[in-house]
Amino acid sequence: MSKAVIGALLERFPDAVTDAYEGVGGDDCAFVEKERIADVCRHLREVEKFDLAPYITAVDYLGREPRFEVVYNLLSIPRSARIRLRVRVPEGEDCVVPSVTGVWRGADWFERYCFDMYGIGFTGHPDLRRLFMYDEFVGHPLRKDYPLKGRQPLVPERRVDDIYRGPGPAGRD
Amino acid sequence: MVSIGDGVPAITTRREEALTGLQGLVSKGLGWARKYSLFQYPFVTACCGMEYMTLSSARYDLDRFGAALPRFSPRQADLLMVVGTVNCKQAPILRRVYEQMADPKWVIAFGVCASSGGFYDNYATVQGIDRIVPVDVYIPGCPPRPEQVLDGIMLLQHKIQNQPHRLIDRKPLPIAPPGTREG
Repeated sequence: MSKAVIGALLERFPDAVTDAYEGVGGDDCAFVEKERIADVCRHLREVEKFDLAPYITAVDYLGREPRFEVVYNLLSIPRSARIRLRVRVPEGEDCVVPSVTGVWRGADWFERYCFDMYGIGFTGHPDLRRLFMYDEFVGHPLRKDYPLKGRQPLVPERRVDDIYRGPGPAGRD
Repeated sequence: MVSIGDGVPAITTRREEALTGLQGLVSKGLGWARKYSLFQYPFVTACCGMEYMTLSSARYDLDRFGAALPRFSPRQADLLMVVGTVNCKQAPILRRVYEQMADPKWVIAFGVCASSGGFYDNYATVQGIDRIVPVDVYIPGCPPRPEQVLDGIMLLQHKIQNQPHRLIDRKPLPIAPPGTREG
C-alpha cells in the first residue's frame, strides 16, 4: 500500500531511515534515527499527506540495547494508507526524543503518556507532565522493572483483616 | 418527654440504657423511618454504572425500597454507593466524599471491583474500598445482577433496622484514625 512512501523516505533521508520491512497486517515499517524523527515526520505530514498520528506509544525491551522504542503509527486519509515508524531510545541521559507536537498537535497527550508510563522525555514538548498517574507517583509503571503491584497510596489505608486478599498492599509482591 | 432546655437530655445516651425501654422503641421507630428513606450518593466510576442505571429505572424499581432518589451532593445523602473501580488517584476523592456526608451514613460496595479490586491487581487499583472507607454491604458480581443489588439493599435495611438510633445525641462522633477498624 505505502511501499512508495517508504521508498521515497529511504531516498529522501538515506542517513536517517533504515531497515524498512513489512509488518504484521501489511503496514510498512521503518526505523528512524532519534535526532531526525521530527524532520521525517514533518516531511511525511507536508509532502506525503500523512495528516493524522492516531497512536504514538513506546515499548520497553528490558535487557536489550538500546532499551526503549517509541513507535509512531501514522495515517493518511487522502492516500488511505498507514505507516509505522520506530525510534530506538537508549536508557539514561539520552532517553529523550524530539517532540512531534509541532507537526501534529494531537501528539501532545501521546508524548505525555510515554513520559508518564516509560519515562521517555520529549524535547520541545509544550507541557510535559504526567498524563495518568498523580504527581506524587515515583517511577514509571509500564517499565518492565517496575514492580507489578507497586501501589503508592495517596491516603493512609485502613487495616483489613481478610483471609483472601492478604494483609494489604505492602508485602504482596 | 425530652427536656432540651438545659442541654441535658432526659434520655441518657448510655448504650445499655438506650437499648431498653422507651429509647428502644424510639430507636426502632427511627430505624424504620431511616431504612425506607435512603438518599443515595452514586459514586459511579466504571462499567457497573450501566447496571446501576438498570437498577434505578422502572423495571427493577428501586423506589419500592425507598432508595430511588439519588442526591448528587454528599451533604444531602446518607447512602454512599461506590459503583466501579476505584484507583489510587481517586482514593482521596472517595475519602473526602465520605467525610462530607452527614451522619448517620452507610456505604455499599457495588460490584467486585469496589469490593476487592476485582481482577485489577496492579499498580493503580485500590484493593477494595474498605481500605479507604468502612463498608456496610458488599455486593459481588461483575457486574452484579439488579436482583443481587436489591438483595444488598434489603440486607442494609435489615442492618439499619437493628442498629441503635438515638433521638438526641450531641456528642460529636469520633473520627476513626486511619488504620483502625470500626465495629
